[in-house]
Amino acid sequence: MESNLITEDKHKNKLEKAFEILKTMASKPSGLIGLTIVLFHVILALISPYIAPYDYKAISPNTMLLAPSAEHWFGTDSLGRDVFTRTILGGRTALTVTFFGSLIALLWGGLLGIFCGLVGGKIDDVVMRVVDAFLSIPWILAMLLIVSLLGTSTEVLIPALGFFYGKGIVRVARAATHDVIAKDFIVSARARGHSNMSIIWNEIIPNVRDAILVEGAMRWSWMLLGFSSLSFLGFGVSPPTPDWGLMISNARGLMSFAYWSVIAPIVGLSSLIIGINLTADAFAKALGIDRSTKAPV
Amino acid sequence: MLLLILKRIGLGLITLFIVSLITFVGVEVLPGDACTTYLEREAYGAALDACIKRLGLDVPAYERYLDWASNVARGDFGYSLSGEMPINEVLGPRVKNSLVLASVSILIGIPLAIVLGIITALWRDKLPDIMISTITIFSMTIPEFISATLLILIVAIWLGWLPGIVIIPSDATFYELLSNIILPVVAISMIMTAHMARMVRSSVIQVMASDYVQMAILKGVPYWKMVFRHVLPNALLPAINVVALTIAWLLGGVVVTEVVFNYPGLGRLVIESISNRDLPVVQALAIILASIYVGINLIADLMTLMLNPRLKSLQIRK
Repeated sequence: MESNLITEDKHKNKLEKAFEILKTMASKPSGLIGLTIVLFHVILALISPYIAPYDYKAISPNTMLLAPSAEHWFGTDSLGRDVFTRTILGGRTALTVTFFGSLIALLWGGLLGIFCGLVGGKIDDVVMRVVDAFLSIPWILAMLLIVSLLGTSTEVLIPALGFFYGKGIVRVARAATHDVIAKDFIVSARARGHSNMSIIWNEIIPNVRDAILVEGAMRWSWMLLGFSSLSFLGFGVSPPTPDWGLMISNARGLMSFAYWSVIAPIVGLSSLIIGINLTADAFAKALGIDRSTKAPV
Repeated sequence: MLLLILKRIGLGLITLFIVSLITFVGVEVLPGDACTTYLEREAYGAALDACIKRLGLDVPAYERYLDWASNVARGDFGYSLSGEMPINEVLGPRVKNSLVLASVSILIGIPLAIVLGIITALWRDKLPDIMISTITIFSMTIPEFISATLLILIVAIWLGWLPGIVIIPSDATFYELLSNIILPVVAISMIMTAHMARMVRSSVIQVMASDYVQMAILKGVPYWKMVFRHVLPNALLPAINVVALTIAWLLGGVVVTEVVFNYPGLGRLVIESISNRDLPVVQALAIILASIYVGINLIADLMTLMLNPRLKSLQIRK
């Protein structure tokens, strides 16, 4: 009975802590704006299939390049598809791919970083050299190579994005582990004879979690940028999937007389990226982590 | 000091070696070899055999790597598949064009970023800071292809001031280039300036809060003398490294910008060679871009070493 109470209390504390962080984030206007935008996009992504007024892939020669009107709020594109429908569905693609990609990046980057920080020595040196080498291949070249050889399905894109955006997290996780590892409680855990696994799980992860999560939030917005750039270049998801990068690239050639089909996805993508950035910044500040002097690597 | 420099150069070379291994192994491990991916449906019979012979794919992989690596070290990247001409000839004009684009952007971007960064730091949380910071945050978060597309839409299409798309051959002369690169330069330097201005800003703010600056204020050093004598030298030094990393990171953005403006540089070559599945060119580009990245970082490291008297004396004493 008693142990049950304690775990319940712990659980409540965690929820309360998360709520506290959210409250701190929303207390500044920039954080509030960011949270609102992200929330708006997430809700829109969840409900968009039910509220979309048209079929996103319905092609019709009668409705080509129509200007915005009561029937087509954002006009139509060069194939006669409704831009409003495609814009609100585009957020789904972007959010799904980058959310799962970030999750993969956080997992492998975080674990490898902690491992390197803990083990140190030769293994650490070698792994960090390899990570540095991966960092010095421009991400766009690596992504393009993978995608052009393995295809452009989301099953390829998500792990590939997760892999390339995780290598920066390795560095952050390693640095954070280095800071923790010299502390007394690790030394005493070692003295108590705890295994490496137990030290990682019980001592290190709770202490480096914040730094890794903040980095992951930042990576999320960069990954969205990378993913939409890939789509824009024609190496992202394949048509007719509604995707912002793809829509901008398709509509770009005709924007001298049909600017609406390029403006709608631009507003969608820019607002989501700005929203995630503001949220990540507020998140970092709420956790007391200063990342203003870091380079975007 | 000399030892430290040599060590940095050595580390850079090791990194390049690993990059060459990664790209080579990557191309090797991924399904299909250079010939089958390039020939696609015609990859059978005599055409395939000829291609394999020509590229030497019948030799074991490690021998090919050694061969390729030693050629690359001597500056010979071999032949491209699609053009069937030496990669060096393909690369030459492209490298020049990209260099023109990048150096003009950097020449405009760095001084502008320093000025903006100092202004925003000195007037922190006042009107100039709020205005400039909002603009910089916007321009650094929005993807390159969006800002470039918007630039074309507004400046070239709606206002009609400048041509929206660069239509010059890749071997255009320097002056032909200059008249065409205004919009691409604006697009690239906008993002670069924004990133660097943020770094300079936070660096200046940190130094302004330090003890020796407080001391200078208490001593009654005039404000501007304090800024130029005490704050700026100390604030700009740590920014150099970050600026280098930012420039290197923006290589990817340059690729996208070149595609948007149809600019005949290295970036568009990346896309072209990947679309054509011209793997030898892709490998060459990977090495070149990685060398640029490693090189920029090396220069930044060395500059920090040279400019920081504390590090110098530390090394001499050792």
